[in-house]
Amino acid sequence: MPSAPPSLRTIPITLTINGRRHDLDVAPWTSLLDLLREDLKLCGTKKGCDHGQCGACTVLVDGVRINSCLSLAVMRDGAEITTIEGLGTPERLHPMQRAFMEHDALQCGYCTPGQICSAVGLVSEGHAHSRAEIRELMSGNLCRCGAYTNIADAVEDILEQQQKAAAE
Amino acid sequence: MKRFDYLKAASIREAVSALAGDPKARMIAGGTNLVDLMKYDVEAPGLLVDINGLDLKRIEETETGYRIGALVTNSDLAYHPGVVRRFPLLASAILAGASPQLRNAATTGGNINQRTRCYYFYDPATRCNKRQPGSGCDAIGGVTRIHAILGASEACIATHPSDMCVALAALDAVVEVEGPEGRRDIAFLDYHRLPGDTPERDNTLRHGEIVTAIRLEGEAAARHHTYLKLRDRLSYAFALVSAAVDLKIENGKISRARVALGGVAHKPWRDLDAEGMLVGREPSAEATDAFAARLLAGAKGQGGNDFKITLAERVIRRALRQAAAGTPQIQHEKAIA
Ligand SMILES: Cc1cc2nc3c(=O)[nH]c(=O)nc-3n(C[C@H](O)[C@H](O)[C@H](O)COP(=O)(O)OP(=O)(O)OC[C@H]3O[C@@H](n4cnc5c(N)ncnc54)[C@H](O)[C@@H]3O)c2cc1C
Ligand code: SF4
Ligand code: FES
Ligand code: FES
Repeated sequence: MPSAPPSLRTIPITLTINGRRHDLDVAPWTSLLDLLREDLKLCGTKKGCDHGQCGACTVLVDGVRINSCLSLAVMRDGAEITTIEGLGTPERLHPMQRAFMEHDALQCGYCTPGQICSAVGLVSEGHAHSRAEIRELMSGNLCRCGAYTNIADAVEDILEQQQKAAAE
Repeated sequence: MKRFDYLKAASIREAVSALAGDPKARMIAGGTNLVDLMKYDVEAPGLLVDINGLDLKRIEETETGYRIGALVTNSDLAYHPGVVRRFPLLASAILAGASPQLRNAATTGGNINQRTRCYYFYDPATRCNKRQPGSGCDAIGGVTRIHAILGASEACIATHPSDMCVALAALDAVVEVEGPEGRRDIAFLDYHRLPGDTPERDNTLRHGEIVTAIRLEGEAAARHHTYLKLRDRLSYAFALVSAAVDLKIENGKISRARVALGGVAHKPWRDLDAEGMLVGREPSAEATDAFAARLLAGAKGQGGNDFKITLAERVIRRALRQAAAGTPQIQHEKAIA
């Protein structure tokens, strides 16, 4: 049927989002970002550019950080997704969330959920061993308020804590 | 984004027949380029063939090197211990590109098939022969900062944006493809093409074919290599000019030189004759200058990118010096030795 117009058929998929299973019917052109924000009302994940250029939409898919704006939700059938809402809560902050607060690593806060998800991904990847590497491996997250120095401080703090814990 | 039908391919055969049977079908891997282009309606596939379920995610050690499945992510490839040890140039070039998040999603097959970043190609309100064959090229005479200085045509002056591909060109990789007529190998240098009068074709992949793997073969420099990339900001930006260098030095003399340039042409740029000029010589300033002059002999600016000719000359010189000294550029260190 090459010449038939595309159908409006939705595709059934299953995603585990922040530990909860969701059986969903999605239009194939829905980005993972739009699914999270528009359909599931998980508005912590931000849309900055919608083109892979800013990192505001960063989430963890099977533990790995990606830009949710450039992924179609259907491509992630079966995956485990963690958004900022799943990392911690105001009562039980994730250590990276606490570090961002302690280091004053934000101003307007718009880039922050993406920065924090990205930083959590960076730590688990295990490739950052110096300040220069932190800066480079956080370069996929732009901050228009320019909180970069404090963001790097927060990430460095967590990495150092982790190294200390590993040494003990 | 335009509506489309979606097929999750269960086998290579199924993917190939879906693609071969429908000229408006496109395959999607990581999605980091295709979804972007679909949002601008630059790409509007009638059928999207999702290849992520295919068994193409492995890096296998072969007798002579590695076979990298088309779905291996850019991150997994860049940090693979064997690749880092034997083909450090490739690992370095990948880490110079995009961002960690993008590299985590981007695949080997998607990277080599990514499309140009020409501003006009991205803007359907302008004329572009690559997007719409025969419509004209608004880049010529327009804003050309990122455009080609080598191998351009009257029809198109776009560049290939990949960093990974520049290293693969220097390393003489091989592309494995599978299509309606079976499997074949394409030498990496023959994979991408110059625009000529058919700029709509980025490469030599035939209708219905998919890339299944990339092979790295033979010996590559463990010390005498570098990937040097210059760009408008220090990270997360495409190359203005880059160079991938792989040298073999024996008794103080160059016995093999492979140099590919990025950001300057419709494909990673290599000139085997020019490389021959370096063989048998000490890696001196004179040898390097002569080589750079020869490599850039045909360079032509478009106005906004005239600076790239001088920049390319300097990148070649610096990169050859780094490779000869065995001090490759480290991508998180922003000072250039
Ligand atoms: C903001 C931004 C910055 C970037 N910066 C850089 C940079 O500095 N350097 C750099 O090198 N890259 C950069 N990139 C590009 C990135 O590397 C590519 O988008 C990525 O490699 C594409 O891989 P993918 O798997 O996501 O491809 P997809 O988007 O899935 O596909 C891209 C194309 O390849 C085709 N394709 C996919 N798989 C195959 C296959 N197996 N066989 C045949 N065709 C196939 C698709 O049909 C499509 O046409 C950047 C991208 C963005 C968005
Ligand atoms: S340079 Fe090539 S891609 Fe850019 S507008 Fe001209 S034809 Fe299109
Ligand atoms: S919204 Fe996804 S990178 Fe900007
Ligand atoms: S805190 Fe405002 S954009 Fe980063």
